[in-house]
Amino acid sequence: MNQWIAFWSIFVKDLKTYYLKPPNISWGLIFPLAWTGMFFVKTGSDLSSIPEVLPGVMAVSILFGTTSMLAVTITFEKKNRSFERLLLAPLSFEILMLAKTSGAILFGILNALVPLFLAVWLTDLSQVAWGVLVPAVFLISVASTFMGLFIAVAVSEVFEAQTFSNFFRFPMIFLCGLFFPVSALPFFLEPLAYFLPLTYGADLLHGAVRGEHTLPYLVDLAVLAVFCIGLFAVSLFNIRRRWIA
Amino acid sequence: MTPDPSPAAIQAQGLAKRFDKVQAVSAVDFEVRSGELFGFLGPNGAGKTTTINMLTGLARPDAGTIHISGVDCTKNPRAAQHLIGVVPDESNLYPELTGFGNLCFCAALYGIGKTERRSRARELLDTFDLAGAADRKFGGYSKGMKRKLAIAAGIIHRPDILFLDEPTTGIDVASARQLRRLVRALHKNGTTIFLTTHYIEEAERLCDRIAFIVSGRTIRTDTVENLIQPVRDTHVLQVTCTGRTKDLADTLDRTFPDLAFAFPEQGMIRVTSGSPVRVGPLVRFLEDRAVEVTEAKKIRPSLEEVFIDITGVKAEIMSREKEKTGGGSR
Repeated sequence: MNQWIAFWSIFVKDLKTYYLKPPNISWGLIFPLAWTGMFFVKTGSDLSSIPEVLPGVMAVSILFGTTSMLAVTITFEKKNRSFERLLLAPLSFEILMLAKTSGAILFGILNALVPLFLAVWLTDLSQVAWGVLVPAVFLISVASTFMGLFIAVAVSEVFEAQTFSNFFRFPMIFLCGLFFPVSALPFFLEPLAYFLPLTYGADLLHGAVRGEHTLPYLVDLAVLAVFCIGLFAVSLFNIRRRWIA
Repeated sequence: MTPDPSPAAIQAQGLAKRFDKVQAVSAVDFEVRSGELFGFLGPNGAGKTTTINMLTGLARPDAGTIHISGVDCTKNPRAAQHLIGVVPDESNLYPELTGFGNLCFCAALYGIGKTERRSRARELLDTFDLAGAADRKFGGYSKGMKRKLAIAAGIIHRPDILFLDEPTTGIDVASARQLRRLVRALHKNGTTIFLTTHYIEEAERLCDRIAFIVSGRTIRTDTVENLIQPVRDTHVLQVTCTGRTKDLADTLDRTFPDLAFAFPEQGMIRVTSGSPVRVGPLVRFLEDRAVEVTEAKKIRPSLEEVFIDITGVKAEIMSREKEKTGGGSR
């Protein structure tokens, strides 16, 4: 059986029915604009400080877009039993879950492109290391999506997916070094930051946009990739244990 | 001796499944032959859906083995999934997709290419009388239409074996009749059908063989013919009356020793006998005791009598389930 036909159909269906709906597109536009506006109002900075705020806005846009959407869509499909139809198909479980998460990964990347395009239009980004930025955005999107998958498996109601997502997201935003360096955290919180995937993503983005990073790029990329594989594997294990019990 | 060359379509042995403190299935054994329409009959909560979930790979049995066309599904549940189609008891299609879109999507899950899946979807929409609603969203379909589309989705990849879980539950009489016709047509075309239902008449009308399941155990498996045989020559009279009939049970037994009396519900007496029941003396007896008889009719002994006799499930339990779930079985 050609599993890629199934993969592609699931991916396209999810994009059409969930991710590329007008409310989600407007969310993708408004969310980064709101964060950027908040930063400028708070600091009174001018456009030259865009590179300072850009990594944070990109990362937060990806994180919120992917975790929310994936956790909600999978919980919704589980609740109305349409997810069962996927489980009944003769698809490898890994391909099925990759297909279900690919739409969210793409949505996350598109969310990151919105502030990036705005920044390109408003300021000079000639210093950006695109070779680092592109894989960083991709891996942050994958890690955040798999975090959404992990959350989706842990809850049974759609509203729980949202609240449980916030339980992970908000501490992560403040501990991962996006808005102030990890080294500035209280000594007892600093080790905690290194258990968060976004810490490595934020380091990559800061490095790519402003040249300031604390770990070598390869270490950041490798750790982020390990987080992606780990979150995916744990989520699959949990789905098999809980949903095909 | 020549061995049977074709393995059974479905073979379940010693299936058991527990959910927390509930033993949903404890001893399920049966074999479904290729091309057979096999009924799995039992009241709600008997373990029918849990059994289907185990057979289709949606649940793992705690004990026992399942073979689908010879493939060991307990070891490799994914391996047999291209051979089977599943129509669950509740719709699991996508409300935001159209009828046509749902069928195309389901076909794609089985690796069917674009041109073929579109023509197959159109063919099935025509067969199931849904062509006019092809471009409407599934969420706006009536219950009967949803059920039909769910069956169409279950056979989109032309499976050898189709699992139908309570196909006529909760839908109107006309739609139920149409669905039964479609099930018969599928069976005639050679599809092996595993049908779960709590409608005894439906199982009797459609199935070649039936397994009775009660409290997670298969109690008896046989052809409809063999199951009914013991009651075929039995005469059954159903008397509807007013008054407290159950109080008369002992007196009735003493006065009419050749007859067997049952009281399936308030105001109803079911009389069973090996010879034709004489109505006159019985009506007089009741009316002498201030019980007004409003109707007395001879009823054909059916699988219901057999089911009640074998399983011990009371007739009123099955009647209540019919009321709860609507009139799909008429």
